[in-house]
Amino acid sequence: MSEYMLEMRGISKSFPGVKALDNVTIKVRPGTVHALMGENGAGKSTLMKCLFGIYKMDEGEIYLNGEPVHILNADDALHKGIAMVHQELQPIPERSIAENIFCGRYPVRQVGPLKVVDHKRMYDEAYELLKQVRMEYDPKAKLGTLSISQMQSVEIAKAVSMSAKVVILDEPTSSLTDNEVEALFRIINDLRDQGVSIIYISHKMDEILRISDDVSIMRDGQYVGTWEAKELTIDAIIAKMVGRELTNLFPPRDNVPGEPILELKGVTSILPNSFKNVNLTLRRGEILGLGGLVGAQRTELMEAVFGIRNIASGEIYFKGKKVTIKRPKDAIRDGIGLITEDRRGTGIFGVLSIADNVSIASLDQYVDAGIVLNDAKIEKLVSDNVAKLSIKTPSSKTLIQSLSGGNQQKVIISRWLANNPDILIMDEPTRGIDVGAKYEIYQIMIDLAKQGKAIIMISSEMAELIGMSDRIVVMCNGKVTGEVSGEEATQENIMHFATKFN
Amino acid sequence: MNKAKSLDFKKVISENILIIIVLLMVVLVSILKPNFLSLNNFSNISVNTAVRFIIALGISGCLITKGNDLSAGRTVGLGACIAGTLLQKPDYSGKFFPNLPQLPIWLVLLIVIAICCIFGFINGCVVSFWKVPPFIATLGMQTIVYGICLVYTKAVPLGGYRKDYTDIASGKFFGVPYLFFIAFVFGLFMWFLYNKTRHGKYMYAIGGNEVAAEVSGINVSRTKIKIYVLASALFAVAGFLLGAKAGGASVNTGLSYELEAIAECTIGGVSTNGGVGKVSGILVGVLVFELLKSSMQFLKIDTSWQYIVQGAVIIVAVALDLRKYLAKK
Ligand SMILES: Nc1ncnc2c1ncn2[C@@H]1O[C@H](COP(=O)(O)OP(=O)(O)OP(=O)(O)O)[C@@H](O)[C@H]1O
Ligand SMILES: [Mg+2]
Repeated sequence: MSEYMLEMRGISKSFPGVKALDNVTIKVRPGTVHALMGENGAGKSTLMKCLFGIYKMDEGEIYLNGEPVHILNADDALHKGIAMVHQELQPIPERSIAENIFCGRYPVRQVGPLKVVDHKRMYDEAYELLKQVRMEYDPKAKLGTLSISQMQSVEIAKAVSMSAKVVILDEPTSSLTDNEVEALFRIINDLRDQGVSIIYISHKMDEILRISDDVSIMRDGQYVGTWEAKELTIDAIIAKMVGRELTNLFPPRDNVPGEPILELKGVTSILPNSFKNVNLTLRRGEILGLGGLVGAQRTELMEAVFGIRNIASGEIYFKGKKVTIKRPKDAIRDGIGLITEDRRGTGIFGVLSIADNVSIASLDQYVDAGIVLNDAKIEKLVSDNVAKLSIKTPSSKTLIQSLSGGNQQKVIISRWLANNPDILIMDEPTRGIDVGAKYEIYQIMIDLAKQGKAIIMISSEMAELIGMSDRIVVMCNGKVTGEVSGEEATQENIMHFATKFN
Repeated sequence: MNKAKSLDFKKVISENILIIIVLLMVVLVSILKPNFLSLNNFSNISVNTAVRFIIALGISGCLITKGNDLSAGRTVGLGACIAGTLLQKPDYSGKFFPNLPQLPIWLVLLIVIAICCIFGFINGCVVSFWKVPPFIATLGMQTIVYGICLVYTKAVPLGGYRKDYTDIASGKFFGVPYLFFIAFVFGLFMWFLYNKTRHGKYMYAIGGNEVAAEVSGINVSRTKIKIYVLASALFAVAGFLLGAKAGGASVNTGLSYELEAIAECTIGGVSTNGGVGKVSGILVGVLVFELLKSSMQFLKIDTSWQYIVQGAVIIVAVALDLRKYLAKK
């Protein structure tokens, strides 16, 4: 047994226009959780993709258990004992859980001259594997019926089934609730006890200190250093990540709420298990937090306000006038913007450039003579936004799919800023965004509020909800169960309302 | 330094591999058959290319939004037939409408476009509102349009066209066929539409991520309907020109042109995954095909073999083209 389970030495990788990794070295001890930290675009995902054989590195060596290895592709990585749960999960939702676990290496049995898939064995083994990740679930169920956290558990079960020695988790908790995070941590601890090394990427500071043994930090494609988690504090990590001190996590809120701009009266979904009889008032200059557990129907409610979902009854008043919003286009026309929570599904246009992604919702503002798009103006809009949100990209012509996850999120935020809405609904606005950039986004929210605009923020991060909201409306099971002002909000009183099922 | 240069050179080759192969092919054929490079042959090729290019432009919008239009060829045929019935010589014995007065050409063109657009409009609506997959919706429309064409022409082949009509295809300006200019104007128009207007941006966005497009406030249904209507308008124009070129039309005019057009677009880099495709690429795709056909005719290759080669070229061309995206990782 070598001292390190995994060593990556002198790894470099360039993409057209960016040096994503520059001579990076990390060493992971066996049976430890090794956190990998850095700002958006620091190169964390790229490093892991090199390890997992998705990208071919330009330079560098990889040692597993002291032995040099060459990893050809993802399949090869799996067989060498490296597994990865991606930042963006890519499962096959229409097939069963078991098939997803055994995809590509189904257990077979001989029937005469033929080899056929041995379903019974597959389901039995899948059941055992799921039990190991503390998930007692029917392996015959379609994967698509699971929540994101359960899908992650399935991915981990897959890693276990390949007897992985190194498991990479890239932002596994960015869309999980607190309970689900706890469940994931239990699984991680189990794996660690079995001697597996876990590489853990996350932007959530508190998690890092709780779960990890070692912390490696990267900045701008370079390796900064590795420390034992117990010698570190959140502030120390941030300082090493950003290269400067960051004294506050939240900017001072000096916006002043004014008269109501949006009112919901008795808004009820056409679906039986969704939001019911919601009354809500939003004021100009206000940042309204929407709290609740996953399944509280906050996203659904906001999608209805934006015209993505239908309401059966209830009224929406915008600037005192009753409005009917049937489609997103209607909402946008009225001056409402929505940053959706599912970045990949409903946010980015992967094959289009950053410029197109930023400008697509506000092109009406950039037409000359009623028809010709003014490229110069669009270019200016885009470069302003790239600068304002410090989006890390070689050029505005770069395809958005080649940006890091956090930078993609910033592009989507720019899209809606460009549209200059009166009300901006932000569903998990800082998902996958590093601490420095979070601060910038919070500042933008406050600036918008100061201009008399109103913001509704859905967030599963308690700290963010409490730190940023003037008022927090809490939902549970489709109903509004309570409201607390930003000053009196605490984790406890929010949770009290969030779990008030009757 | 040196390494960077050689890499660049390799990149240039791999990104333009199709153009290079076509140029090599042209050079080879011109060495074997010197009159391949003659002005006469050039105008021949440009006349053929012009019509195909316009059809491919039409279908490209459907492909970029992950759709398709299998009714293209039949719409071209219907356009050719309607134009044919309205533009016959007054003294032609088999005149379809014996008492038809001499209609102005532009009016006939407008009539043809207007009628064909109806089918595009229906395609667009069926795809947008009934959510029928475009492949199936337009497959049905293909049969419907064929049937309508049969009913309309009673399956009689048309001929005896007026000279001012056939002149559109045979006429030249300083030795360059009118059709060349017409195709050029359409190419320019589509380039403008795709790159400089909201419609173009919306089209790419819908192809890239339809749900995100809807959420960004794009009227997806309306954009799609526009795309299918524009497509059938272009097919109408192509049919009109094709009739002029051939000097006649029948219900089988345009048969299976859609397949060639889809192949040409794909060769030209229009992605079947949506959101990707450029007018210049489509032109290259059409040229690859037309130059190939013309080269084979020049080399007097047996027609049966020409089909085999054409099929192989489609596959190889797309495979070569995809490499430049796959190689990026
Ligand atoms: N396929 C690609 N093509 C071009 N550039 C890429 C590609 N993948 C990543 N990059 C670039 O490499 C850099 C590092 O990206 P990476 O995804 O590794 O960042 P990250 O540290 O994971 O950030 P985040 O926290 O936002 O996920 C970024 O500048 C990104 O734009
Ligand atoms: Mg990442």
